[in-house]
Amino acid sequence: MNEPRALLNLNNLSKTYGSNRVLDNFDLTIFDGEFFTLLGPSGCGKTTVLRMIAGLEDTDTGNIQLDGQDIGQVPAEKRPINTVFQSYALFPHMTVFDNVAFGLRMSGVAKEEIAPRVAEALEMVRLGDFAQRKPSQLSGGQQQRVAIARAVVNRPKLLLLDESLSALDYKLRQQMQIELKRLQRKLGITFVYVTHDQEEALSMSDRVVVMNKGKVQQLGTPREIYEQPANLFVAKFIGEINQLAGEIVEIDGNHEYEVKVEGLKWRLHAEHNFKVGDKVNVLLRPEDVRVEYIDDPHPDQYLVGTVIERNYKGKTLDSLIRLPSGIEVIASEFFDEDDPSFDYSLNQKVAIKWVPGWEVVLPHED
Amino acid sequence: MKTNVGQFRFWAIGLASVWLTLFVFFPNLLVIFTSFLTRDPQATVSLPINADSYIRTLDFLYLKVLWDSLRMSLLAMIVCLFIGYPFAMAIVSLPKRWQPVILFLVILPFWTNSLVRTYAIQFILGNQGIINKSLIGLGLIDKPLQLLYTQFAVILGLCYILLPFMVLPLYSALEKLDVRLHHAARDLGAGPLSRFWHITVPLTSPGIVAGCLMVLLPAMGMFYISDLLGGAKNLLLGNVIKTQFLHTRDWPFGSAFSVILIVLLGFMLWLYFRASRFVSKQGGLNGSDF
Repeated sequence: MNEPRALLNLNNLSKTYGSNRVLDNFDLTIFDGEFFTLLGPSGCGKTTVLRMIAGLEDTDTGNIQLDGQDIGQVPAEKRPINTVFQSYALFPHMTVFDNVAFGLRMSGVAKEEIAPRVAEALEMVRLGDFAQRKPSQLSGGQQQRVAIARAVVNRPKLLLLDESLSALDYKLRQQMQIELKRLQRKLGITFVYVTHDQEEALSMSDRVVVMNKGKVQQLGTPREIYEQPANLFVAKFIGEINQLAGEIVEIDGNHEYEVKVEGLKWRLHAEHNFKVGDKVNVLLRPEDVRVEYIDDPHPDQYLVGTVIERNYKGKTLDSLIRLPSGIEVIASEFFDEDDPSFDYSLNQKVAIKWVPGWEVVLPHED
Repeated sequence: MKTNVGQFRFWAIGLASVWLTLFVFFPNLLVIFTSFLTRDPQATVSLPINADSYIRTLDFLYLKVLWDSLRMSLLAMIVCLFIGYPFAMAIVSLPKRWQPVILFLVILPFWTNSLVRTYAIQFILGNQGIINKSLIGLGLIDKPLQLLYTQFAVILGLCYILLPFMVLPLYSALEKLDVRLHHAARDLGAGPLSRFWHITVPLTSPGIVAGCLMVLLPAMGMFYISDLLGGAKNLLLGNVIKTQFLHTRDWPFGSAFSVILIVLLGFMLWLYFRASRFVSKQGGLNGSDF
């Protein structure tokens, strides 16, 4: 892999609607050829960012650079950027062919070049036989694919996708996720995807930015974001997480700390710098929690809890365990095929531990 | 509940059907029947049945009236379209809470009888009217311009009376237009003019056709406009019909003209339905060259 080349730079973008600050000094760099996702709850400003890149929304402050050139004053129709809209926004009075050809005709592509390019784009989304249909004669998934073909046929430098899969049902969405990823690899176009679905973001993206209230919360690979959340918001927004209160009791140097959690002292690693006495949150993913029968021999220390709920999920068994402090911990375990007795009964006392180093220690937030 | 809805439907449809039969279907049948009768000084009309009235309409004089009134109506329609379309677009671009206010103002003139309003135009355009008096007062002209009793005055009157009928269907078509389609078109490289031609116009074409018909069809028959504003030279088909019934008392001949007008308008309506079916099926600009 070569050094990634910055394709798009967003510098210091701000936007205020009335008294509502939707975007607050927002900075971002998107590299050439990557699948980049803006992830956040609704109202976090992610769609505003997308519309600013497309040119459909003005910025209050800041600038947008594409390939090092400021495109702030370039109208949407002149930007080498195309969008797949959440509503698809297919032209209802045109056939699939004319929808896909629209961008090419607008940019004055030679007539004899249009038909083969449209055919190629439709072939790519496997709608070759649907060219003469009207959008209303297509299913939601097919309309979605027309919208994608209509955008990529123009060979944009940047393809923007605004919650493009959210209108599809679960099965179709999974299928389209794979197709989108495949398409992106094949075309080599930079994709900027907006979603509130963390699973979608993690499975498709090369890099993800998590946003909240118009600000960047964390920028990183899906793995970094899932495994090393920068703050409590990111940790909670991306998947389920258990939160245990702790306190630093000793510093062992080099980011190793003795932390008191639930009355026991644990030796934990943390990226942050803490002082003795600092309150912290110890975060554990449900799948990192280990639950064991209490009468088995335990070489390490463990917490004791009571099983208050067990949820059979097919692939996993999710147990809700209440600790003496009242905190409830979710543990998600894969079935052990060799252990036919693997199951817990309600109110059973169990031992809880986790693999050292899999926890995340963050400063306490109010 | 279900029977209530059923009863309501029965009475609503029943009442409308009876109304249409009594006041539209039978009168039209009567007109068609009358057009084949013979004029009679004593009894107004009498047998035998013949097609003489229709043959008489083929006179060059009447064909010219037909052609003139069609031309004036078409001109009025075009003028209304060119004024109404930007006007309707302007209304749609206003904030939502202002739109009903403007629409109300568009409809407001209907509260005054259109005959009265036509007399008002007469006062404005006349030799002693506001326009001529002001122009003379300003020293721009020496003697009054002949504005009244011209084709211009007829077309102006038609446009003035019928403009709301153009604006309302255009407004309702433009108002339904999804702004997201414009965003998509912009995103795909379409400038303002292209967006207008390829998105706005085709998607509002049912409104355009409806508005044009709502102006064109009544315009052909608006005899009082040409009576008051056009003088003797600028006749509409409606004037001929009125004269035959009220002055010449030649009911069969007047009826024959009425039937011709109905057939003509029916033909245009048929064209409209054909066109709207074409639009919804073909999308108007199907094919690879816009």
